[in-house]
Parts: sequence; structure tokens; C-alpha cells
Amino acid sequence: MMRTVTYLILLAIGLLLPHFVYPVLLMKILCFAIFACAFNLLLGFSGLLSFGHAAFFGGAAYIAGYLIKNLELPTIIGILGGVLFTALLGWLVGLLAIRRQGIYFAMVTLALAQMIYFICLEAPITGGEDGMQGIPRGNLFGLSLQSDLTLYYVVLAGFIFAFLLIYRTIHSPFGQVLKAIRENEPRAISLGYDVSKYKLLAFVLSASISGFAGILKMLVFNFATLTDVHWHMSGDVVLMTIFGGIGTILGPVVGSTIIIGLEDQLADSAGDMVTVIMGAIFVVCVLIFRKGIVGESVALYQRMLGRKNLT
Amino acid sequence: MIEIFGVPLMALYSQLMLGLVNGSFYALLSLGLAVIFGMLNIINFAHGALYMIGAFCAWMLLSKFNIGYFEALLITPLILGLIGVIIERLLLKWLYQVDHLYGLLLTFGLALIFEGYFRSQFGVSGETYDIPEILDGPVNLGFMVIPKYRLWVIFLSLIVCVLTWFMVEKTRLGSYLRAATENPKLTQAFGINVPLMVMLTYGFGVALAGFAGVMAAPIYQVSPLMGSHLIIVVFAVVVIGGMGSISGAIISGLGLGIIEGLTKVFYPPLSSTVVFIIMAIVLIFRPAGLFGREK
Repeated sequence: MMRTVTYLILLAIGLLLPHFVYPVLLMKILCFAIFACAFNLLLGFSGLLSFGHAAFFGGAAYIAGYLIKNLELPTIIGILGGVLFTALLGWLVGLLAIRRQGIYFAMVTLALAQMIYFICLEAPITGGEDGMQGIPRGNLFGLSLQSDLTLYYVVLAGFIFAFLLIYRTIHSPFGQVLKAIRENEPRAISLGYDVSKYKLLAFVLSASISGFAGILKMLVFNFATLTDVHWHMSGDVVLMTIFGGIGTILGPVVGSTIIIGLEDQLADSAGDMVTVIMGAIFVVCVLIFRKGIVGESVALYQRMLGRKNLT
Repeated sequence: MIEIFGVPLMALYSQLMLGLVNGSFYALLSLGLAVIFGMLNIINFAHGALYMIGAFCAWMLLSKFNIGYFEALLITPLILGLIGVIIERLLLKWLYQVDHLYGLLLTFGLALIFEGYFRSQFGVSGETYDIPEILDGPVNLGFMVIPKYRLWVIFLSLIVCVLTWFMVEKTRLGSYLRAATENPKLTQAFGINVPLMVMLTYGFGVALAGFAGVMAAPIYQVSPLMGSHLIIVVFAVVVIGGMGSISGAIISGLGLGIIEGLTKVFYPPLSSTVVFIIMAIVLIFRPAGLFGREK
């Protein structure tokens, strides 16, 4: 009951907020929230640390941009095409990466993502250093996306869709198996689960949703950029997830809101020092704040409940 | 003019040499990563940033204190080693009890801090560091003429690699190190100060990165971004070679440098991705890496 109320209040805030806050910033936050949730599905619920998710986030934006701008296809085809592409890419990368575990998994994904980065840098259609610019937003189901407010509600709908999809996945039998693999892989194997298949499927799902997030961001800003494919971006999403709380449903949303909000506030005043601040947050999180904001809050709440029960 | 597959022999030689130079850096850095990983079970993401700091350190020694290249080759690794020891004592120490991935994340944060700081101080354009006079100019090897400095880099990094290998595999100190890698608790029970060894190992690995940085300063631009790309390629090198052995890290570093150089001659568009492609192939056929042991 309380959970439903919370989500309804959040939804109401989401619907009203663009009338008070600059919608483009809100859309950016929502896109990164989708991205972080997708990433959390992998790290938090399957225990796989991918350091190459920028490849899906940024790569999908290029493909969708190519479909919409160069081939002049409708926006919806661009979105679907981009997501399909990232699913395929995720399948390929996942197939290679799940052959190793732990630290090696992180390094393999990082290296493969760097390869995608170079392809985006050098391929003839991507616009090289400048990125792919002037991608039109077009129409979606007969609705013009030119106005920021309209697009905001589309992005919000996209966010709710992705969030529910991830929520359902986590609470499905499939999600339970993923958790079992995270907790104890050899035991999951001995119980007869084809661990590689589950990991791969989780990877493909996470990659596709990340791609979806990247495409939405591309529509918001009208361009696909190299920044989104760069390994810094892969690091950013790790930071958002850890800062918000690994393995919590709302953690990535909280984390991305704060990090993007902070970046936005600091962008003018701090310049290159933003990277330093992000790095410092990273270090602090890893050292003393490993559960993240949501995780620590939940732990605190449970401790208070526990104390109440004792007295 | 002599040609091989339509490529002039001279161009082939010079790219091979360039590949060997790059390979020397891959070898030095992956060696440091392997040494650190063996002892701490941590992949040091900050390795590239520390290599960059090494280069800046040499540049600052020269421009601020007028201390030359050869002195810098000695002083910089000491300074970097000290930085490494501080990082280990202050930060990494607290993570040995938790998942090793946190070590990767912590050092990633450090890499961001270092890179961001240097970028805010020096911009992205980079500084130049002149080649020391004795090593400037070309040298004739009979079959080709190459810059003296490149030969020096290959020669010196080979010596450092071999010395490190010798120290780890053949000396008493190295045997303690290997013992502590294999079973830290038992080694400690035999009266060897394992935490001290861990600290020194990290310091040594970082010092190697600093050493590579000084050597790189005259060849590449001394820039805040010089380490970040390199480190990702070195990660791929490490995956290809496998973390199992010191010699594996050296051989795969040099080998991949050469392959990259050859790709630049025969099919330039692939040169920046060839290492990653090889990594993918190795993962398919030998997931543990060429020299690695499957755990």
C-alpha cells in the first residue's frame, strides 16, 4: 500500500515538474535514470560489472540518428532500429565478456567499448570528432516532438516503460535466478541452471535499455556525440548506480538525479574540476558509502524499526 | 627499392620499430599491472593516470628545477613510488576485505581525480619535452636508420622488464612475494611482514608506471590525456596475455606493439582497433589468456 502511494506521488511530481524546472534538464535526468536502472539490472541484480555500457548508450544514438537523419525514416523506426542494434551488439559483447568473470569481465567490456568508440570516431557516417549533428526529432504517433514539453512527456513515458520492464524482470522467476547467480554462481550451476544463458540474456536486456536511453537523449539534444561513447560515460553510470544504491530499485534514479543535477550546477563554475569532484565522490562512495543513498537509508530505517521492536 | 607485399621495406622497418616502441610501453605498464594484481588482486585503473603524472613530473623537474632527463629517470619513479605507497596506506588498505571490484572502482575514481586536476592546470594541448642531447639524432643500424632515442626506449624498457622478472622469479625477495601471492596467511605465519610487502608491491608497480612516463615524455606530448587511452589498450593486452606470469605480460606487450605497427603498414584503418580484435579472438579460443592459468 505504502509503496503504491509512494510511486503515485513520484508520478504526480514527474507530471508537474516540467512546469517549474527547465524541461531539457529534466529530460536529461530521466534519460540517465533509464541508463542507470538498466545498468543496475546487470550490476545490482546479476553481479556483473560492465565497464563498457557507454558503447550501447552512445552507439544506439548514432544508429538511430543515422536512420532518422540520413535515411529520413520516421522517429519510431529510428528508436526501434537503434534498440535492435544495441540488442545485437549487446549479444556479441556479452557472448565474449561472460567467458571471463569479475575484474576480467570489467576489463573485457571496457576494451570492447573502446573499440566501438574508435569505430564511432572513424566511421564515415558519424561525423568524427564533431559527432552527428542536426538530427530532427520528427513525429511520434502523429505527435510533433518539436516542443520541449511534449517531448518531456514522451521521455517520461519512456522512463516509466523502462522502469516497469526492469521492475518486472527483477521480480520474475528469471530475475530470481539472476540473483541466485549473483549470490553463488557455483550453486546456481549445480542446481542445473545454464548460468551463461541467464547472464547473456540479462546483458542483452541491459544493453538494449541503455541503448533506448541513449536514443531518447539524442532526440532531446538533436545530436549524437562521441562523449556518450567515451569510457568516462561508462564510469559515470557506474557512479550514479553506486551513489544511489547498488541493487535497489530506486537507487539509480536517485543517483542519476543528484549526479546530473550536480554536473549541471557545476558546469559553469568548476570547468575541468567537475571530473575531479566526480572522482572524489567515487572514492568516498567506495570507501565509506558502499550501499549508496537508498541502500544506507533503508539500512538506517530497518535499524530504527529493529530498535523500536526491542523496546 | 625492395618491397614486401607492395610495401617498401624501409616503411615496414620503421613501423616495426614504432610498434616495438609502443610495445615497450605496453610491456612496462602491463608488467606493473600484473605485479600489482598478483599481490593485491586489484586492477589498478589509475595506472594510466600515474604514468601521465610520471611524464609531468619529468617535465616539471626540467622546467622548474632544471633537472635533466637521466636524473628524472631515477627521481620520478621514487616520487611516484611514494605516491603509490600513500595511496595504498590511505585508501586501498581498507578494501582488502570486500569484493575486489571495489579496488577497480576506487582506482577509477583516482584516475578521474588525477586526470581532471591536470587538465584544469595544464589544459589538453600538452607540453613538449626535448630529447636529451646524447640521445638526439639518428643512428645507422646498417639495414635502417632510426632515431637514437627510440632504440634507447626499447633497450631500456627491455632491461627493466628483465630485471623485474629476475627479481620476482629468481631472488629471495621475489620468492617471498610469490609466496604471499599464493597464500598470504601462511606466509605471514612464517614471519614475513605481508602488509609491508603489499605496500611495497603497489609502490613498485606505480614506480614502473612513473618510469614509463618519463621515457614517454620526449616521444609523445606530455598531456593530461596521454594515459587514459593507453591504459585501456594495456587492459586488452593484459586480457590477451593473462595475468598468470610476469614473462607473459612482457611478451604479449611487445608482441601486440609489433602487430599494431604491422597493421599500420598493411591496413591503417584497423590499427587503432586491432588489439581489441585480437582480444576478442583470444577470448573465444583461450578465455584464460595466452599465458594465463584458468583458476
